[in-house]
Amino acid sequence: MTGGPKIQIQRVAKSFGAAGRALAEVDLDVAERELVCILGPSGCGKSTLLNIVAGFLTPTTGTVRVDGRAVTGPAPERGVVFQEYALFPWLTVTGNVEFGPLLQSRPAAERKRTVDRYLDLVGLRAHADKFPAQLSGGMKQRVAIARALANEPAVILMDEPFGALDAQTRETLQDELSRIQRVEHKTILFVTHSIREAVYLADRVVVMTSAPGRIKQVFPIKLPEVRDRFAPEFTQYESDITRVVKEEVAKVRE
Amino acid sequence: MSAAATRAAAMVGALVLWAAIAHGNRWLGVVNPVLLPTPIEVGAVAERLIRSGELAQHFLTSLGRIAQGFGLAALAALGLGLLVGICVPLRLMTEPVIEFVRPIPPLAFLPMFLVWFGLGEASKIAFIGYTTFFPMFVAIAASVLRVDVVLLRAAASLGASRADLVRRVMLPAALPGIVVALRVGVGLALFVIVGAEFMGADAGLGHLIMEGRTFFDPAQIVMGALVLGLLGSLLNTLLLTVERRLLRWRAAS
Amino acid sequence: MASFVSNVSTLVESGLRGPALTRRRALALRLGAVAGFVALWSAAAGLVVLLRLFNPIFLPGPWLVLASLAELAAKGQLWGHVAATLERVAIGFGTGAALGVALGLAAGYLAPIRNVVEPLVEMLRPIPPLAVLPLFIVWVGIGEPSKIGFITYATFFPIFLTTVTGVRQIDPLLLRAAQSLGARGLPLFTRVILPAALPDILTGLRLGVALAFFVIVISEFIGAEQGLGYLINDGRNFFLVPQMLGAAVVLGLLGYAGSELVRLLERRLMRWQHPA
Repeated sequence: MTGGPKIQIQRVAKSFGAAGRALAEVDLDVAERELVCILGPSGCGKSTLLNIVAGFLTPTTGTVRVDGRAVTGPAPERGVVFQEYALFPWLTVTGNVEFGPLLQSRPAAERKRTVDRYLDLVGLRAHADKFPAQLSGGMKQRVAIARALANEPAVILMDEPFGALDAQTRETLQDELSRIQRVEHKTILFVTHSIREAVYLADRVVVMTSAPGRIKQVFPIKLPEVRDRFAPEFTQYESDITRVVKEEVAKVRE
Repeated sequence: MSAAATRAAAMVGALVLWAAIAHGNRWLGVVNPVLLPTPIEVGAVAERLIRSGELAQHFLTSLGRIAQGFGLAALAALGLGLLVGICVPLRLMTEPVIEFVRPIPPLAFLPMFLVWFGLGEASKIAFIGYTTFFPMFVAIAASVLRVDVVLLRAAASLGASRADLVRRVMLPAALPGIVVALRVGVGLALFVIVGAEFMGADAGLGHLIMEGRTFFDPAQIVMGALVLGLLGSLLNTLLLTVERRLLRWRAAS
Repeated sequence: MASFVSNVSTLVESGLRGPALTRRRALALRLGAVAGFVALWSAAAGLVVLLRLFNPIFLPGPWLVLASLAELAAKGQLWGHVAATLERVAIGFGTGAALGVALGLAAGYLAPIRNVVEPLVEMLRPIPPLAVLPLFIVWVGIGEPSKIGFITYATFFPIFLTTVTGVRQIDPLLLRAAQSLGARGLPLFTRVILPAALPDILTGLRLGVALAFFVIVISEFIGAEQGLGYLINDGRNFFLVPQMLGAAVVLGLLGYAGSELVRLLERRLMRWQHPA
């Protein structure tokens, strides 16, 4: 592992046959331990981009490299957290979190240690034997995060993970993720359509144009690790980015 | 009142009504009393056949045929149903065959099975297998194809191979639908076993019922029908219990 | 084209249904598969003859089946059998449907009727209708009335049950709204309850038609001189397997046509459900 970028997105574009171009050429590097947010109006292709990095879709042109190796399909190096949680309903919380280690044939004792560690991290140790149907949305997403982390991936990809939650839970989970990131220092690529969320979490915010999406502007966020949503610097970033995003939203409406 | 209590009350009510009609008819002489057996007469036939061990024999014969025919069909439907999930050409090929065969009532093929397999056990088992296979296969395949792609993606990004995806995601995710398909299959098997045992059989509940017609003994017909209903209820309860154990995670909400 | 068995990449890209096919390709594949089925059948039948695997009479090729049907049609006999079957189905289903809907509406709407009828239905439900056929024969003899009566009995249950459900699942809010607009008694029934219960009633009718074709065969095996079921069973005597298969296929077509008719009726009567 060299000092090169963790994720290299090189000239990636995607077309869906008759549906046309979803993604125009995108070039993006994500450094190790960086949290990069991808922001943009609906339909700008940000989820498509994430799916390509995850390996669920193949790009029409261009390549994605993680740790220097090209992405050819889904793999445990790239953990994913989905908006719909995607927890396995027939497994308990423990069963879900240990799924990755189980696939890698880790011994039971080691798996238990892993599960305990990550359930503690997300604060759900007490619910280890519950089924997903018995959990609230916020709890489910925390299990999903624990599940992705427990597999010790090189990078984590998050596709609007808090989009299905109410505003309150959403902010709580943003705080959680921020705290977890300060402990784990993962490389994270995070898709969202909330500017506030992006400014709160990201080291860099990448704003995309409307379809066919390409990178419009990148905002490095120079704020402390623990952020105050009401600080003037915070709101300044928010309004700067909002202005840029609004231009693109107006284009979609036309 | 709990559901079980209402059902019990309904059954008792039906029994009372039946007795009333039958005995009333006996008294008023509306129709030949032989044609309208009372519960007591039916019970007498049952007692006679239980004592001689015949009822148990016929019961087990029918059950055996159902178990074997359904068992084979279920295994085939499950295997093929799962395969359809991972093999797109297979799905496209089997769909039209199904469409072709589906509208034809299975009982229309009963004489064919008698021609092909003769009058023995094999023809009944093969017929039950044929009848139950197609609906179960269709239902299982549908259930497999409905598995949410996001679950597959989640598993793949946790390191699942193709075999892992089938064993650890497709199968458990489709299980609720599979169980429903099996229940439908059992119901169908019960439905047609009678018909299959009407012709070219010398054992089984269906044969018992047909015998009642040959010897002009409606009480035996009614008894046979009731025992059949009992068999159906038993199998259904069994399946519901299995379902509840396999799908514990659904009830937990 | 991707590998025969989907790999992980394909599975996660488009799920288990595979990539969406254009309508033309899908249709082509369907027709291809039907043709394939017929080809496979022909090949199997041909092989049996060529390799003398077993008496070819057990697996006649599709051409023999068609020939047998054509012969029956040319002799004018086929129509008699088709008519006999259709007549029994029509009268049996018609009666069963009428009784089922009428009693179902009454039982759905009026609790006292429901409390009397439901226990009876619950008791009879687990018993396969076929088991009752011999009883009909004992009661009414082996002729037409027993067959028609049996079909009536068999089709009654699903239609009755779905009608009752249809009435009982009507949103009470709808009824209250109608009543507050002045609907009472008969107009309330014909203008609100009936249309609201119609989807379920029609589903029951569709099930009833399928069931009628399902059970008619067996009643035509026993004591019939006419009918497709009779043709099938009669074929046993002289190993007329093409005739047996042919009659079965015709029966399938009729059953399919019957279901489609109800579906058409559904679509016309419930245009409000499919505005598109």
